[in-house]
Amino acid sequence: MKYDAVIIGGGHNGLVCAAYLARAGKKVLVLERRERVGGAAMSEEVFPGFRFSVFSYVVSLLRPEIIRDLELPRHGLHILPLESTLTPLPGGDYLVQWNDHDQNRRELARHSLRDAEAYDEFGLVLHHMARAIKPLLAMAPPDPTSLDPREWISLLHLRSFFEQLGKERFHALHKLLTMSAADYLDEWFETEALKATKSASGIIGTMLGPRSPGTAYVLLHHYMGELDGVFRAWGFAKGGNGSVSAAIAASAQARGTEIRVNATVEKVLIKNSRANGVVLEGGEEIAADIVVSGADPRRTFLGLVGEKHLPSELVDSIRRFRFRGASAKVNLALGELPDFTCLPGPGPHLRGAISISPSVDYLERAYDDAKYGEISRRPYMDIVIPSMLDPAMAPPGKHVMSIFVQYAPYHLSGGWTDAKREALGDAVVDTLSEYAPSLKGAILHRQVVTPADIERIVGLTEGNIFQGELSLQQMFFLRPAPAWSRYRTPVRGLYQCGSGTHPGGGVMGASGRNAAFAILGERQ
Amino acid sequence: MLKQTPFHARTAPLCQSHAWRRWAGYVVASSYELSHEREYHCIRAAAALFDISPLFKYSIRGSDAARLLDRVTTRDLSRSQVGQVLYTGWCDGAGKLLDDGTVARLAEDAFLMTAADPNLRWLQDNALGLEVEVEDISESVGALSLQGPQSRQILEALGELPSLKYFRRAETKLRGIPVSVSRTGYTGDLGYEIWVPRDNALALWDALMDVGRGHGIMPAGMLALDMARIEAGLMLLDVDYVSARKALIESQTSSPYEMDLAWTVDLSKPNFVGKRSLEEEARRGPQWRFVGIEIDWDSLERLYTEAGLATRVPQAAWRTSVPLYAAGEQVGYATSGVWSLVLKKYIALAHVRAGWAGTGSTLEIEITVEHHRRRAAARVVKKPFFDPERKRK
Repeated sequence: MKYDAVIIGGGHNGLVCAAYLARAGKKVLVLERRERVGGAAMSEEVFPGFRFSVFSYVVSLLRPEIIRDLELPRHGLHILPLESTLTPLPGGDYLVQWNDHDQNRRELARHSLRDAEAYDEFGLVLHHMARAIKPLLAMAPPDPTSLDPREWISLLHLRSFFEQLGKERFHALHKLLTMSAADYLDEWFETEALKATKSASGIIGTMLGPRSPGTAYVLLHHYMGELDGVFRAWGFAKGGNGSVSAAIAASAQARGTEIRVNATVEKVLIKNSRANGVVLEGGEEIAADIVVSGADPRRTFLGLVGEKHLPSELVDSIRRFRFRGASAKVNLALGELPDFTCLPGPGPHLRGAISISPSVDYLERAYDDAKYGEISRRPYMDIVIPSMLDPAMAPPGKHVMSIFVQYAPYHLSGGWTDAKREALGDAVVDTLSEYAPSLKGAILHRQVVTPADIERIVGLTEGNIFQGELSLQQMFFLRPAPAWSRYRTPVRGLYQCGSGTHPGGGVMGASGRNAAFAILGERQ
Repeated sequence: MLKQTPFHARTAPLCQSHAWRRWAGYVVASSYELSHEREYHCIRAAAALFDISPLFKYSIRGSDAARLLDRVTTRDLSRSQVGQVLYTGWCDGAGKLLDDGTVARLAEDAFLMTAADPNLRWLQDNALGLEVEVEDISESVGALSLQGPQSRQILEALGELPSLKYFRRAETKLRGIPVSVSRTGYTGDLGYEIWVPRDNALALWDALMDVGRGHGIMPAGMLALDMARIEAGLMLLDVDYVSARKALIESQTSSPYEMDLAWTVDLSKPNFVGKRSLEEEARRGPQWRFVGIEIDWDSLERLYTEAGLATRVPQAAWRTSVPLYAAGEQVGYATSGVWSLVLKKYIALAHVRAGWAGTGSTLEIEITVEHHRRRAAARVVKKPFFDPERKRK
């Protein structure tokens, strides 16, 4: 039995790529090492009656064209919007960013009348930039140094989008590409909690602080999250992020894709510098015209392919490609809702995100700890309570809380141990309890996932949630390596489709889709 | 002054948006929160509680009760079982729809009918010479609709919920309050409608909200309901069709066949109002069809891109008449439309000339982009747009 394509890894990008290839009539097999598909986008009943999105936990960047093309709603995807962001403050005050314009303006004005006005203008500028950058997400990134006419066409195409931006906004975009998130936001706002909470989206998943240059762009990357044509809209998948993967898998299967779980690929079969299949652990060989790897660049090139098949520049680039996982997850099963001192009782503020980011200094200090190999004593947290939106995630009246934590450096001094994992869990619960003292008494079960756990369980190198840092030196035509950013590899018939390729991570699926189009474009 | 429903004392303080609307002479909430979006998602992911008391409700009793209903509606009610609820329309002598609603058989000789418009006089006039009593109980009975995947669990937690099949009804007690529960609704989701004497209305509301809290219940208004009913492909009087009673010209009227309700017309029963005309229409086929259409995203996006804008979709359901074209001429009109949050599709309900109404037929719909009338591609698709398994399961 010979397949047209074998996909290594049933993460969301592998599944998206498979679904698009199958849609084009290809015979596709997806091989997943674990007992279920989804990679880091998966839900699990970790504690009886409580379902956790164990790793990734929100949806926004998932490209709307993928939702449409693959008919994901028909296959069970239902996105519930997260409608606010609460930032509790140490003195008992708080800042909430609401979806409703009037409500938001009133809340911001409580902190600063100037910021309340600047907020709309800021939103408009980011909207324009997101529109200019958006087409870049759906294309193989053109390399300005390339001599390939196809890339020139892409570049010209891009230029037209930038022209639409106008001179002034193009300059603003340049700033956004080069500045730190904190500096960029300083140009706009004066409220510390607002700047800190906004700058936090510039550091997510990255071993950088809000004052590190380049983080402003990541801010924009997250702003491009889009629901129903509206930028900066974040949501939560009913049933957890596992339902995103399940819907993509169902769509791929409906188009004839085969999925095999518990199938670990050991090597890509290469003959005469051409990939023609894979070998599984245990020796089984599977033949295929092409092989597509959804694994991260290091696993793909240095693990599955092997240095001997690769040019030395690429090997060097991949060795230098930075992972440095910095994020952890703490998942809590709660007997009751947390009660925040600043906004007591249950309320709509618990239906949105809760951000522990009282000031830019607070975030930068959290980074300082990590810079020297320690867990942040007071970490940055991005918290959601999915059971508020989808009661089926927990028994009636009980809740699940998902806490994204930064910084928990992969390269921890002394390395990760069980004791360190629990210390991280304690730092998170202790810090959060300062804002919601009743939390500790409500915890029924605690799951702590460190970068080392992410690497061990999901296979993401150094636990980096984006398959490699989203920092400027490894984005666009440099992701994952110069000359090999367009989903191809030096091995003929071998392609990459993971978020280690352009445009990067965040349960976007764009890498998988772009890879499928690159493959279909070359082979038709 | 508009009338207040039996639940008004509870709904009024919850209505943060101060957005109210009229419904059959009553005042009801459009949305409780500032935006209706969360209320909508509760219908599909948790539980939403609607005050539907303004519905017209008629008690029809007597040995000829079944005969009366058989005479006026298009469905065969003589064969309905006790505990069964039937959805039906009813027509004038020309076979044009007057109204639509449900008829529940409470006993061999007792029915409860719901309607969007007043129908007492019409029912009484048709009862001439029959052993039947028609009573308007609209004001004495309050009604709540509990819709969403968690609705069953909420009712189960409140008392003994008889295992009701889809479109069945039973008497029971919820936290000791005698009520009737029917597994019906206007959302196309798992859900129930609960009928309660006016005096017990507030206690019932409190019980549902109390137990519902653990299940993510939210009171929900008409904006959310409107989105859900379009997804469910359910038509609305005065929006998607005009009652023959109110039509000024014949072209404003619609027959059940034209409204895609052929399945509710039983031509085999002896006689009923409008039968002769409907027989004739069935023979020659309706000239219009009421269909679902889906507006093509890429086509819509192109129009907005040309205007230099990101694509915009309506935030709430619209209910205006929008022209539909094919081969350069107008072949129909859409009457309600919505950006479906659950399907991520722009959908609408429309009247289309029979020749263009087949599933898959391609049309164009008028879209106003930046004050300019443009046309986007659209396609006739099957209704309901959204039809989860749990609705019937």
